[in-house]
Amino acid sequence: MTSVFSVDRVSFQYPTGRRAALSDISLEVPSGELFAILGPNGSGKSTLLQVMLGELSGAKGAVEFMGQPIQRWSRRAIAAQVAFVPQGEPMAFPLTVRQLVEMGRFPHVGILGRTGPEDRAAVDRAMERAGVQELADRVISTLSGGERQRARIARALAQEPSTMVLDEPTAALDLHYEMETFELMRGLAADSGFTVVLATHNLNLAARYSSKLVLLADGRIQATGRPESVLTDETLEKVYRWPVVVAPHPGPGPDAGSPQVLPLRKQT
Amino acid sequence: MIVRLLFFGLALIVAAVVALMVGDVEFPVREFLLAFRGEADPATQTIVIGLRLPRVLLATLVGGGLAVSGAVFQALLRNPLAEPYVLGVSSGAALGAVIAIVFGLTIGSVIALPLFAFGGALLAMFLVLFMAGGRGRGMDTRVLLLSGVVIAAFFNAFLLLVINFANVETFREAVLWIMGSFVGASWEGVITLSVYLIPAFLGLVLLARPLNLLAVGEKSAFHLGVDVRRFKLILYVVTSLVVGICVAGAGAIGFVGLVVPHALRLIGGSDHRWLLPASAIAGALLLVVADTIARTILAPAELPVGVVTAIIGVPLFLWLLLKSEETR
Repeated sequence: MTSVFSVDRVSFQYPTGRRAALSDISLEVPSGELFAILGPNGSGKSTLLQVMLGELSGAKGAVEFMGQPIQRWSRRAIAAQVAFVPQGEPMAFPLTVRQLVEMGRFPHVGILGRTGPEDRAAVDRAMERAGVQELADRVISTLSGGERQRARIARALAQEPSTMVLDEPTAALDLHYEMETFELMRGLAADSGFTVVLATHNLNLAARYSSKLVLLADGRIQATGRPESVLTDETLEKVYRWPVVVAPHPGPGPDAGSPQVLPLRKQT
Repeated sequence: MIVRLLFFGLALIVAAVVALMVGDVEFPVREFLLAFRGEADPATQTIVIGLRLPRVLLATLVGGGLAVSGAVFQALLRNPLAEPYVLGVSSGAALGAVIAIVFGLTIGSVIALPLFAFGGALLAMFLVLFMAGGRGRGMDTRVLLLSGVVIAAFFNAFLLLVINFANVETFREAVLWIMGSFVGASWEGVITLSVYLIPAFLGLVLLARPLNLLAVGEKSAFHLGVDVRRFKLILYVVTSLVVGICVAGAGAIGFVGLVVPHALRLIGGSDHRWLLPASAIAGALLLVVADTIARTILAPAELPVGVVTAIIGVPLFLWLLLKSEETR
């Protein structure tokens, strides 16, 4: 099995930080799977993504993407391979959904290149797959949080990457769009060789959709592996400092039996 | 998009012709046309070709330059209120220009004056970025505007200090840089400005696509394949050069870079492949019209053109500021 990202003993400390944001992180993201990064607030999920994507430099240890050190990739070359979906971005100027999605073609077109029919086709395919083709001419600021998120996913799809990285993609979404987003990610990871990496707070959906996950706390890996080996009540109570029970999902569905986390109420 | 640009281009030509014809001296249309073939009487010849034509061309270049730099600053700072005058960059450029004049560095005015103005603009730009917390931290509108005001006040104080060393003649000249005026327009100035502004402008238009991505956000631009640090540096330096050259040519004229891109975004959207060329043409149009008003409304006296642009620009600025406070 080949690895897309391989992270080897990475530590990182912000210049203003009092302690390390990441300590001695080693992990392999296997190709063609849905990989979830879990952990409490401030556990280092976003920092880990930033280090993996080469956005933060100055980390100790080594990060490789497709066998090459991440800092050696040119921005354009890696953007044709990895798409990133941010949590949200404030829009200073009015922009339509189509204009936003077209920006995903930059790694293929470049600064001076002309956009051709294949670029327009890629934009249309991306909008259709993310379910925003009806919103194409709407201005972003008039959309709901869920619609904006799908527009950003469409932009990432227009990059035609082999790997997609998402930072808490469903934080602002209701049940319907949250499920749709996970279904879309599952569908993408089902394509041959397509890898999805996502950071999320939703333990239960991560358990049902991902094939491998890593649980962070205080910048360290607490557990990693298949959902049923990571999401145990013992580990979770330690990491989240809250009593939980873990029970198998009752089904029906392909994910029946996957571990589901129920936080308990305090005894009165 | 092409149709809209042609429309603005046509409007600019009409405005330029009107600007050449009106003024404290008026003459028959026939005589006016003859001037372009060099066959008019000497007085008409001097007024149209020697005085008014360079003045109109200077207004065209400066208006285009200021509007384009406003559009680029707004994209880089993701703030529709950013503009060279508001940010204090024009004040920095004016100080540079006045230092060059007062200390007699005008001999090589094609190089020394623009270079000093550029240096002043660049210094002011980086001071504002530093004060507003440019190192990756989010830039709050209020902090940014306050930084601009403070920087402008600081540079203007130095400007007045330097002017105090000047003799009466350079004093008059220096005052023009504070208010902004095309009184001193000459063919030499037109040529000097063209040499710097036309290549800078073409460079900025070529960078319109990465600028589109930067206007959405630096994080997104980075992940879409833009070398953010490099492009930001290039764009800030080239834009400061444009502001410096414009201020060296006509002084610190405010609000052109605010009014023009804002109006054009309403008309044709925020794509910089349209916005930058349109800003160049519409900015030129605005300053040609404003300058014509400035020199005819109180004729034979003349208003500084900056007064006219401020009267148009300040209400719009306040409206935009109130709107941005509402949506925050």
